[in-house]
Amino acid sequence: MRRASLEAAVLVALGVFFLLAPLAIESRFWLGFLTTTLFFALLGQSWNILGGYGGQVSFGHAVFFGTGAYVSAVLQVRFGLDAWSSAAIAVAAGALVGAFIGALTFRYGLRGSYFALVTLAFAEVARVLVNAWDFTGSGFGMLVPMKPGAANLQFVDRTWFYYAILALVAVAYAITWRVERSRFGAYLLAIRENEDAARALGINAFRIKLAAITLSGAMAAVAGVFYIQYYLFVDSHLGYGPAMSVNALLAPLIGGPGTVLGPLIGAVALGALAELTSLLLGKAPGVNLLAFGVLLLVILRCLPNGLMGLLRGRS
Amino acid sequence: MALGLALIYGVLHIINFAHGSILMLALYAGFFLFTLGGVDPYVAVLILAPAFFAGGYLLQRYVIAPISHGRDTNVLLVTLGLSIILDNLALYLWTSNTRTIDVRYAQVFVDVGVTAVALPKLVALAAAVLIGLLFWLLMTRTDVGKAIRAVSKERQGARIVGISVEHIFAMSFGLGCAVVAIAACLLLPTFYATPQVGNAFVLIAFTTVVLGGMGSFIGALLGGLFLGVVEAYSGLLLGESLGQIGIFLIFILVLLFRPTGLFGQRAA
Repeated sequence: MRRASLEAAVLVALGVFFLLAPLAIESRFWLGFLTTTLFFALLGQSWNILGGYGGQVSFGHAVFFGTGAYVSAVLQVRFGLDAWSSAAIAVAAGALVGAFIGALTFRYGLRGSYFALVTLAFAEVARVLVNAWDFTGSGFGMLVPMKPGAANLQFVDRTWFYYAILALVAVAYAITWRVERSRFGAYLLAIRENEDAARALGINAFRIKLAAITLSGAMAAVAGVFYIQYYLFVDSHLGYGPAMSVNALLAPLIGGPGTVLGPLIGAVALGALAELTSLLLGKAPGVNLLAFGVLLLVILRCLPNGLMGLLRGRS
Repeated sequence: MALGLALIYGVLHIINFAHGSILMLALYAGFFLFTLGGVDPYVAVLILAPAFFAGGYLLQRYVIAPISHGRDTNVLLVTLGLSIILDNLALYLWTSNTRTIDVRYAQVFVDVGVTAVALPKLVALAAAVLIGLLFWLLMTRTDVGKAIRAVSKERQGARIVGISVEHIFAMSFGLGCAVVAIAACLLLPTFYATPQVGNAFVLIAFTTVVLGGMGSFIGALLGGLFLGVVEAYSGLLLGESLGQIGIFLIFILVLLFRPTGLFGQRAA
């Protein structure tokens, strides 16, 4: 029970920290830093459900993220829909894209590296499409006009955004926690460990994986919706580019894939590392990612269960 | 021209995300050899191919293999990490400026009947075919080649008959890197080097291999040619920005409906 209580202590400490942080910090810089950290924690959790628990490593999570951001932006700009309805439709669209890609790839039995590469190809197709289509802003991207107010989900006071993303992360993590303890979660783990054995035991692997990628797609779309409300801008590289896919998988891999808290811990570690490297080496381009790459290799080498593995000890 | 790249992992079954980054490194190496040392790109082949072979061998044996713990998706993640490191190291060291070299013969055009082709492109095509042939000889006629094929087909069995699997994996990875280095030297006269240059090649190369059929040598060759045609035509029909979509769509469709490729042997 010691490790369970240790995890609970970490959870409480993180929760209290994130809840009270805006009261203690004055600078907009640190508030922005915490907001982006939570954003990556949300995106990472979305990847974690599919990749961490289900073992279906996706290299194209940007396809869900970008769908969330783009659908929301297009509905608001081109159809004049309000931000709330746009957000809801965008999340549904993310789930739909997840179900579509899942139905195709899992139906034809793509596994492992092939699944990863196909998701990457899907993201690239989406990127090329929105980049070529004037309706989606082509090369210029989509700019959502600034109209502050709760009805438009835009806030001048950045603290509101902070609490919004904190609430979203809390909900996403609660969902993941429920999944982990459910029959569905157990099936997912069984598929990750040995899909053929899971099938032999009568688990409908196709349906379980489909459910996981749908949930994962919806969650990534939520991150996309938050992104568009926060920055009011998205273009094809930001939305569907490989960089966002990499962002989605870094946090859970470093924090600990297949654990509820892993993506959050990974996001915090990455955020801290990014600040540390720019402090030590200056703001040169590429330095952050360089450090991320090194950290990823070190973690894969020494801590295959991520930082959570440290917390849980070698069990 | 991605042909040279693609030949390798088709036969060797090593899915390597860092291949594009290694190409990028080789392009830079060729660029610096030319600007600082005055070495012609075609001469640089003699230096870069062995150097990249050695580098690739060490990389696989002492970095990729230990980190990935022998799991397929882990190899993908490790090489992804490597490519992030290499790309950004290049960005940090050499900035994102586009580097090109100026050689006299880049402007020489050769009349090939239908159209005029720049001389370096013709050389590259000839060299790709030549390398392909050499590679085929290596794979079928030498002990190393036989061992590589044995390992890719049946790892346990190869180990039992006394083949050092680690050594062979590293050998094939080194070979892959050497071919990439050669491809870089061939590309350089008509191409450019930036830290991101490799990314475009990764999926194209994967597509070539998957299309041609994993493990099929002729398939990879024909797949490469076919893709070149598709790329040109989809660019022509759909316009510049939408044109790139053709390759990705083919990649998805082939993986979904014909995972053994057009020329691959049916998996038993």
